[in-house]
Amino acid sequence: MEKHLTLPLSENDIEELQIGDFVYLTGEMFVARDAAHKRLYELMQQGKALPIDLKDSCIYYMGPSPAREGRPIGSAGPTTATRMDKYAPAFLDAGQKIMIGKGKRSKEVMDAVVRNHAVYFAAVGGAGALLSKCITSSEIVCYEDLGAEAVRRISVEEFPVIVVADCHGGDLYARQTQ
Amino acid sequence: MALREISVKEISDAVRDLCIKINYELSDDMQDLLKEAAKKETSELGCKVLETLQENLVVAREEQIPICQDTGMAVVFLEVGQDVHFVDGSIEEAVNDGVRRGYGEGFLRKSVVEDPIERTNTGDNTPAVIHYTIVSGDKVKVTVSPKGFGSENMSRVFMKKPADGMEGVKDAILTAVRDAGPNACPPMAVGVGVGGTFEKAAELSKEALAGIVSPYNRSWTDELEQEVLSEINASGIGPGGLGGKVTALSVNINTYPTHIAGLPVAVNICCHVNRHCRAVI
Repeated sequence: MEKHLTLPLSENDIEELQIGDFVYLTGEMFVARDAAHKRLYELMQQGKALPIDLKDSCIYYMGPSPAREGRPIGSAGPTTATRMDKYAPAFLDAGQKIMIGKGKRSKEVMDAVVRNHAVYFAAVGGAGALLSKCITSSEIVCYEDLGAEAVRRISVEEFPVIVVADCHGGDLYARQTQ
Repeated sequence: MALREISVKEISDAVRDLCIKINYELSDDMQDLLKEAAKKETSELGCKVLETLQENLVVAREEQIPICQDTGMAVVFLEVGQDVHFVDGSIEEAVNDGVRRGYGEGFLRKSVVEDPIERTNTGDNTPAVIHYTIVSGDKVKVTVSPKGFGSENMSRVFMKKPADGMEGVKDAILTAVRDAGPNACPPMAVGVGVGGTFEKAAELSKEALAGIVSPYNRSWTDELEQEVLSEINASGIGPGGLGGKVTALSVNINTYPTHIAGLPVAVNICCHVNRHCRAVI
């Protein structure tokens, strides 16, 4: 099913999402990948405050190429979410609702999706040029020293994603190869 | 025969230009494979992914946005004629300078960290991984092949036994591809190295992806390439891992003589953004 939704997603939006749904997202999301996750996770472990508010948040696993003048961002496709598996359950337990990336997730992450009534979307891997056109603004929120891995806040319009793991325990990748 | 002097600056400029070019425009062989694949796909989501990827290539070229944000770690193959004498400095520094300028001036992502554990970004995508081969003649062939890590991470080396034979090779390739699944951004390009030693097999597989064909035995490789490609595409993984008939675009196998006790098989997986281009100086 094709849907057009605005971020942050409501409880009801998430409830109705099913694996295989093609969704166009509009609104704000964070961008973070390996190195930023590690830092945020370590702060959580130490019980310290985070520089971003995870409640109802959407995190896009991505590290863009540099923006040319006059553009908000460079190429901006998803990175492999599997590498965030170590951190994702803690992030979801802390309030994050949406993950966007590509690739398989661990059982721990899939359980955390159901437990927290969350959702994992895939964006099309390798379509970074096209996806960047749905991003209307981008600013670094923290960890600028990480370069391409800094945490950003971006605004997107009609950003195309596919539901890979829904809050009912569905797993699109598993379905394909059964 | 007289030595031919080549300034390393020429090599550096070639590396710079090739790094930029190939991150914005895929070589014709990969574009053709993608087009052909799109005709074979029947799954709805699979078709949508393949359409998206083709559209992405057009946007990348026309609007000068890198095809993929992972503009890779620069792998550079230098096939150096033995009658060449490099002048004006170090060849290694020249290659890295080319990478530095290409990634800086070309708005490409800097994805290299100085140490695998401490992980501080070098800020200019250097150093490159450089493979030197000495060949006959007085020319230098430069192949630049920036490698993204979504797919690199799914690559494997298997030390099979001689008794495993052809089936063992097939099993290694299919295992690597199945394990890679959606992580490697299918449709994939699969480079395979069979023979040599542990590291030689890996190098052969990387060369297979970069379009460098090994001069060693090919009596069974063409047939196996087609057979394995069909089996990969029967796996159901499909474009984006979302289901379908097109999981891989190509399988290329390179071979090398090996030891009486061994059958090394390296499987280097790449996404459809299998970037490689070359210049001859």
